[in-house]
Amino acid sequence: MPPATRTRLERALLAVCFCTLALYPWLYSNYLSTTLTQWLPDTSTAFVILAFTVMGLGLNFVVGYAGLLDLGYVAFFAAGAYVAGWLASEQFANAGSVVFGGTVLPKTPGIHLSPWLVLLAAALFSALLGVVIGVPTLRLRGDYLAIVTLGFGEIIPQFVRNGDNLGGFNLTNGAFGMNGIDGLGFGNTVHHAIHTLPSNFLNELDSRWYYWTALALVVVTIVTSLLLRDSRLGRAWIAIREDEDAAAAMGVPLMRTKTLSYAIGAFFGGAAGAMITLQAGATSPDAFSLQVSIFVLCMVILGGIGNVWGVTLGGILLAYVNYKGLFAAGNTFNSTFGTNVDISQYAYLIYGVAIVLFMLVRPEGLIPSARRRAELVEEPEEENVGAEASPA
Amino acid sequence: MTAELLVDARAIRKEFGGLVACNDIDFTVERGAIVSLIGPNGAGKTTFFNMLTGAYTPTSGEIVFDGRDIVGLPQHKITALGIGRTFQNIRLFGAMTALENVLVGMHSRLRSGLFRSLARTPLQRREEKDGRAQARELLAYCGLSPRAEQQYARHLAYGDQRRVEVARALATNPKLLLLDEPTAGMNPKETIAFVDFVRKAREERGLTVLLIEHDMRVVVEVSERVTVLDYGEKIAEGTPDEVTADERVRSAYLGTKPVS
Ligand SMILES: Nc1ncnc2c1ncn2[C@@H]1O[C@H](COP(=O)(O)OP(=O)(O)O)[C@@H](O)[C@H]1O
Ligand SMILES: [Mg+2]
Repeated sequence: MPPATRTRLERALLAVCFCTLALYPWLYSNYLSTTLTQWLPDTSTAFVILAFTVMGLGLNFVVGYAGLLDLGYVAFFAAGAYVAGWLASEQFANAGSVVFGGTVLPKTPGIHLSPWLVLLAAALFSALLGVVIGVPTLRLRGDYLAIVTLGFGEIIPQFVRNGDNLGGFNLTNGAFGMNGIDGLGFGNTVHHAIHTLPSNFLNELDSRWYYWTALALVVVTIVTSLLLRDSRLGRAWIAIREDEDAAAAMGVPLMRTKTLSYAIGAFFGGAAGAMITLQAGATSPDAFSLQVSIFVLCMVILGGIGNVWGVTLGGILLAYVNYKGLFAAGNTFNSTFGTNVDISQYAYLIYGVAIVLFMLVRPEGLIPSARRRAELVEEPEEENVGAEASPA
Repeated sequence: MTAELLVDARAIRKEFGGLVACNDIDFTVERGAIVSLIGPNGAGKTTFFNMLTGAYTPTSGEIVFDGRDIVGLPQHKITALGIGRTFQNIRLFGAMTALENVLVGMHSRLRSGLFRSLARTPLQRREEKDGRAQARELLAYCGLSPRAEQQYARHLAYGDQRRVEVARALATNPKLLLLDEPTAGMNPKETIAFVDFVRKAREERGLTVLLIEHDMRVVVEVSERVTVLDYGEKIAEGTPDEVTADERVRSAYLGTKPVS
């Protein structure tokens, strides 16, 4: 059966999950025992986990819905990160001082837009980049597309590395990356406009605000996914994933539809990249490795390709393991056995083994979409084999 | 002005490397007719369909559909102009429900894009509701039981898959319906029912039908004109009786080369 109306139990479960997540910073610092907090991420780490979950959900539009294997998703993370750098740091100090809602004092050199605007700009710029990359590449199918996107994922960091001298213009600061990027906050402009705002709002907000912003972004991404899934556009994506030629014959414009999925995926990838950069206050081309693309792709696969809830869970779990779980496990291991093993060295070995095991035991993902389950279940009729045949 | 001819294809040629799959074929279809395209396996029939729908671009030649040259148009534009099709090997969207398959067929008729879908505007909601109602009607029209509407296409029985495929093609609101071996795998009773269905649909929906068919009884029964292809060449054309009497057709079907 297709995703019908949610049952009451599911609604209640969702509400509980959301409330727990919303109250997490508070729970973490006030109510949890140290034995538990040893295993749980602090608020800043929890922020990173949610930001990466947004990336997983963003990639799900491309890989899960439209079925386009994108191995270069990190390109959009990079785009978002650098837009944050351009619009909220002293990178363009030569251009004078443009302070508009940024969390800096007036007359600070460089561009300092309100971080909320920066997030939006990063997402939009990234979506635009998605269109620019998508139009020439999305004509390719399957493995070819995977290889070309892989290429773009490598080209973008290279471009960033060499972008410190574009005809004499320093766009990216090269291999050093950008530092001193502003944080989240409301800034002087807003402070002056709304006098009732407490004076500490001039400063950068604390980690809870990052966390809540990321949580809000997760919610926006999930809602977007659900609304689009049950729409003309979402159906066209899934049709393309199922059978591109048949979709075209039914009147689905392939290029436009695919590019749109790519751009929407890029939109959320860019937003996440900017969020993470605003928190870190710095970014550099070293952060844009193939491993990031693969990591995010694993979230989609682990969660259950195409299922929004599965990908959310997969994203949170995988990012948790990467940013907290593994350390916690290593610490527990060392303190129990009196050893001194650096478990993070074996992270990729552990992931590799885990993915292989997972694919063997539960190839449909944690929470597979009903559609995906339909694909993996034995077909009732042996005659259907012909349905897979290639050209029409 | 509506021309007499719905399809007017001239000297259509398709080469795959050295292989000439369609060799300068002239082909016309009158408005409202049921026309069959027959010929042995590998004759180039499906290739011809693929050129009509824009899936393949002809190596040379021109195709005028409903007064417009359609060569080189992207497939979705051709579909929107009014060519709907089914596939020789059923190609449904397996992990979508029967209903959703038909809704995809309506793609070019529905309007809601990204922003309307996100905002769930009244227009978008009405369009979805009407679309679903129409899709249900179409499925019922093609003989699918309401129970099967919500099943994944992959899980439907073979006969139901064929029905959904026809419903999906009709959902594009075609002027010309292309059916590629629709009776393959049907028993004689189902075949007779299907022939009746094609006639009925033609009357009720103002269709023109072009049919690739192997079963000569179906061809003789349903079609007003028949074109015969063999090794990419058009070897005969005419009424079913004329064609079945043709010496070259007989030998092509018996697998021997004509003597001449
Ligand atoms: N995409 C393609 N690439 C190469 N050869 C093709 C392609 N499509 C069809 N052919 C060849 O063209 C010839 C005609 O095929 P087809 O049109 O499918 O025949 P029919 O439908 O009459 O059985 C065959 O020899 C087939 O192998
Ligand atoms: Mg064929």
